[in-house]
Amino acid sequence: MTDVLAQARPAGLAGLGRLGGGRALPLATVLLAILALWYAGAVYLNAPQVIERFERAHQDWSSLDLVAAAWSMERPVLPAPDQVAMELKKTVFDTRITSKRSLVYHAWVTLSATLVGFVLGSLLGILLAVGVVHLRTLDRSLLPWIIASQTVPILAIAPMIVVVLGNLGLTGLLPKAIISMYLCFFPVAIGMVKGLRSPETLQLDLMRTYSAGAAQVFWKLRWPASLPFLFASLKVAVAISLVGAIVGELPTGAVAGLGARLLTGSYYGQTVQIWAALVMASLLGMALVFAVGLAERLTLRATGGAVAGADR
Amino acid sequence: MTEGAVAEGLRADQPSRRDATGQAAETIITMRELSLSFRTAEQPVHALSEVSLDIARGDFVSLIGPSGCGKTTLLRVIADLERASAGRITVNGLSPEANRLARGYGYVFQAPALYPWRNVERNLQLPLEIIGLPKEERAARARRYLEMVGLSGFEKKYPWQLSGGMQQRVSIARALSFEPKLLLMDEPFGALDEITRDKLNVELLELWARTGKTVVFVTHSIPEAVFLSTRIVVMSPRPGRVTRIIDCARLPRERNLDLRETPEFLEIAHEVREGLRAGHSYD
Repeated sequence: MTDVLAQARPAGLAGLGRLGGGRALPLATVLLAILALWYAGAVYLNAPQVIERFERAHQDWSSLDLVAAAWSMERPVLPAPDQVAMELKKTVFDTRITSKRSLVYHAWVTLSATLVGFVLGSLLGILLAVGVVHLRTLDRSLLPWIIASQTVPILAIAPMIVVVLGNLGLTGLLPKAIISMYLCFFPVAIGMVKGLRSPETLQLDLMRTYSAGAAQVFWKLRWPASLPFLFASLKVAVAISLVGAIVGELPTGAVAGLGARLLTGSYYGQTVQIWAALVMASLLGMALVFAVGLAERLTLRATGGAVAGADR
Repeated sequence: MTEGAVAEGLRADQPSRRDATGQAAETIITMRELSLSFRTAEQPVHALSEVSLDIARGDFVSLIGPSGCGKTTLLRVIADLERASAGRITVNGLSPEANRLARGYGYVFQAPALYPWRNVERNLQLPLEIIGLPKEERAARARRYLEMVGLSGFEKKYPWQLSGGMQQRVSIARALSFEPKLLLMDEPFGALDEITRDKLNVELLELWARTGKTVVFVTHSIPEAVFLSTRIVVMSPRPGRVTRIIDCARLPRERNLDLRETPEFLEIAHEVREGLRAGHSYD
């Protein structure tokens, strides 16, 4: 209901207020519920180890001791949220961002590959969609392959891409960006095929009565009509682009990036470090989706307000 | 039967085809034995069968008939949105395609077909952008034609902020904006309420008188056809054909809504109704 009302407001930025106003309470409630579950889970999962340690030390312990110890282990099965928060604070704020120990540094490494992959993948997706919509042969020959490309498990193909590109002398950011691109061109291509085909026969007939050329039909009708579809698929694309970059870091023994952080964390049983990297990755993903959403609002406001966009 | 009726219609029509100076008016659209069939899975559908019709410059011709009689198809053939499968047709002395490429007509659809991402002014400028007019000229034309349809001050509004009647007025202004001699209108007021429709009918007649356009107007409303037209072409379905052409020269060119109470008006409306009934009994 709040959603519908917010959509009806003409100004695109009205949506920003929505995050602050009507949604704050439900969001906070869910957050609290998750934290409570997390703390309970930490006690449950860490308890066996804690009890074993107490018993080996022949120590008397109360259930309060158990809880306190379960929430402050050095290598817990599941670290408590405050441990993760402390790790984040230490590696984000208390470390120079140029340091290899800084999570900001690792996040930047992953982010740069994500963004390069996202831009390349989106361009590829848009180009493929334009081709599929305009050329009947491409519609028949290409679309099945585009869909088939996504049935290949990315975890299987990622190491192959890295090895092949490594042999061609390409290392570092580019292989990761290409894995990102491989994942994120798909939703953009599918969304844009739908978007570019969204104008009704009536609107196409209208262009025909003006004797508009193919380029004019594209730029004055198909492209603006497809924008709501483009932004919807870009939101999906940017999120899986981040996943692609992280997956690209796992099989390569990369020394930097959130994926590398996850990998070293699991080598040394540093669960707190793993969880900190996970939280960082999800914050990054949320920020990216939010940025695309902001771009969407600004674009749609400049071209007719949120209502037209929401209706299509 | 069909041919006879058409020939009779054409003959009866000839003496009245004169303009104000008494000269025979120039013919702007000529159709001779125009047929169009759509191929479907089962059997071909004859949307138009041997339609012959002349439309003179400055005429206001309504095509009226029940659904499926081919009136919209006929309009689309004139506009080169469909191709006839047999017969001859010239528009402005050209083939429909050449006339379309020369932007020889403005088309008003049943729905306004405004682009939701463009405001009123920019919707109106769409054909002008496609033609490639300079910016100042586009702005001047937008102002002029918005004023003509009584929508000055709505330049910056978006389509969703306008009522259905206002949207359709924008679409009429858009069709006039590149100044074609011929205006093709496909049930432009069909989706509007009666009161709005009456108002727009009066406005359309004023526009027609001011601009001297030739109008071909598709409708299924008898009062609308009689009120607007100089000639009414009655069509009937299966196959789509012209069954009668009724001249409205009995009515004055200057018209207001009171006209609909006059005996002449009711007489013509009666003739149209008879024509439609005859078309149905043919089945």
